[in-house]
Amino acid sequence: MRIWLEKQLHLIDFTLASLARRKSKNIGLLAVYALLVFALASVGLFANALRSEASFVLASSPEVILQRLVAGRHDLIPPGYLEKIGRIRGVQKQEGRLWGYYYDAVVKANYTFMARPAEEIAPGSIAIGATLARLRGLAPGNVISFRAYGGKLFTFRIASLLSPDAELLSADLVLLAEADFRAFFDYPAGHYTDIALSVANPQEVRNIAGKLSQALPDSRPILREEVLRTYQSMFDWREGIMLTILAGAIFAFIILAWEKAAGLSAEERKEIGILKAIGWETGDVIRMKLWEGLLVSLAAFLIGFIAAYIHVFYCGASLLEPVLKGWSVLYPRFTLIPAVDGMQVASLAFFTIFPYCAAVLVPIWRAAITDPDSVMRA
Amino acid sequence: MLFQPAIIALLLASAVGLLMLLASAPFALRIIARWDIRSGSEAQLALERGTYLLSTVLSFIFTVQLAKLLLFVFTADRLAVMFVGAMCAVGTLNVNEYGFPALLGQILVFFLAAMWLAINHVDAQARDYPLVRIKYWLLLALLPVLAVCFWLEFQYFRGLKANVITSCCGSLFSAEGKGLSGEASAMAAGPAMLLFYPAQLLAVAAAVWQWRRPGRWAAYATALGSAIAFVAAISGILAFVSLYIYEHPHHHCPFCILKSEYAYQGYALYLPLFVAAACGLAVGAIQPFARVVSLQSVIPTVSRRLAALAALGFALFAALASYQVLNSNLILFER
Repeated sequence: MRIWLEKQLHLIDFTLASLARRKSKNIGLLAVYALLVFALASVGLFANALRSEASFVLASSPEVILQRLVAGRHDLIPPGYLEKIGRIRGVQKQEGRLWGYYYDAVVKANYTFMARPAEEIAPGSIAIGATLARLRGLAPGNVISFRAYGGKLFTFRIASLLSPDAELLSADLVLLAEADFRAFFDYPAGHYTDIALSVANPQEVRNIAGKLSQALPDSRPILREEVLRTYQSMFDWREGIMLTILAGAIFAFIILAWEKAAGLSAEERKEIGILKAIGWETGDVIRMKLWEGLLVSLAAFLIGFIAAYIHVFYCGASLLEPVLKGWSVLYPRFTLIPAVDGMQVASLAFFTIFPYCAAVLVPIWRAAITDPDSVMRA
Repeated sequence: MLFQPAIIALLLASAVGLLMLLASAPFALRIIARWDIRSGSEAQLALERGTYLLSTVLSFIFTVQLAKLLLFVFTADRLAVMFVGAMCAVGTLNVNEYGFPALLGQILVFFLAAMWLAINHVDAQARDYPLVRIKYWLLLALLPVLAVCFWLEFQYFRGLKANVITSCCGSLFSAEGKGLSGEASAMAAGPAMLLFYPAQLLAVAAAVWQWRRPGRWAAYATALGSAIAFVAAISGILAFVSLYIYEHPHHHCPFCILKSEYAYQGYALYLPLFVAAACGLAVGAIQPFARVVSLQSVIPTVSRRLAALAALGFALFAALASYQVLNSNLILFER
């Protein structure tokens, strides 16, 4: 075992020295390789961060949201509907929610208006999200007017800004008192937008949804896990599309790797010839070349991955943002939580190191079977 | 089909591996037909040079197969959130009928690849390549296995549709479940332990025997012991180790232990187990060639090393499993 290890160490030593002797050629390959890893790792890290952000955000949302449908379209919850649900075992809390959208012609964006109980928001005042405040240049204490859909002008005082930590949720959010909400939208009394139910036991969620749709056939329960799954597969899909597009780059890289490995300079040929003449076997030369490939791969992988990490988590993934994140006028500004996922690193390695190794095997062998006699004579 | 990076990576690895194997098949046939080590002809020289390429390519493919098994289980486990009712790899593998066959195929390829790599290793140590023909016959025999595996894997991933309701491990690995996994987990914890510990002991003992005094009987005993110990280990995990890890008397799942909730203890269990079983089987795989003249000194050395690894692996596995049992808050047997 010791001998074997020592042999490998010497091979690595020799390989590093021989790589250093051909700097320009190897640095070019390393740069392209690292760039490929960088592009793929950026996509992976960014999609993963978005996925975890989505599940983080949804973790505190209600387990079930109940909407009423009329002719297949979302409709208001009429008075008495909440009572009709009655007491379902396993439901901790059920409340009617009031929310709606408001189009602001000034910034050409939609706001989400949501009613809160009077003890949270005093009538006549509102709390707004940080993105919205930035866009309209507002600060607490300012006064803002909105023209309601009915044509009447409503004026609110800004009581507070919502915490920027929750910007993903609150980007376009306006919180106001229930009475204000009903007056602003001319909302019929006793009606609600939808119903939120909290369920403690996650395994009960499906049963409760079943009971709900039995008790209220005109309703549609939306489960948090379903929303989560939809987000998951959406980000997966976007990531997959990006990777498929980048597959072209992988193929180009494979061709490059093949060419680089196949195009041995006369210098290298001579080197291999001399090595074989002084007693190296074909297997040794192959081993040395494999070490070379492995070392280049590892270096490129590390450089590319670290660069991608910095790109995604410190520079906001500026190169990929529009594709993976989606866009909107009132897009929240949020920093991603750095996270590296083992599976991701593994599949990234399969995407880069594996094709590289597969591509250089044949050229390595061609180099290794070189006849010392013919090389040195040339 | 799900457009998941890990799935694309797995399919890519399988497809490239299969293609490389297919491309080497004609060369393997040529070697089988024309190999003659005593000849000094141009053709024989070319063949000898070609074997270097083929050995490297095949070692590469099979090493990738070993890594792929891990990624496959990891992916299946991770995909569980996408399916209604699935909570771990069992649910994901149950999404369509190809899931479990694909996993079993991967495990089979894993062991076959390990055995081939062992044969290749001893062959490369000898001066006259005594096993060249056998190696390439085996390669041709492995080709359809790999092809079927790729097909299963492809069918499985192609059939993954996120809206399918699957059954989770609770319903599959319970006493009412039909099939082999149901049988194994239906085994009561007591008898399972009585099978588990002697089997591990037997495997360790046989491997130590082979390590101390390498010989024909010891080698085959090691291989057989490893196979038995592997099966006993898996049914032991199903029947009682998992119960102790989950601290739940009815949760028999062999995949949930891979999850972060259980501190990835499954990897600590499965890695030594698979390595040990692969080494043990490899001891048996190279033993038939022990009488070849040029291998007479090579095989005992390699075989001893493999046996030592197998003994260590099974011992480590049994120790870890026992530690998890003793350290658990679950009490299955009242004293």
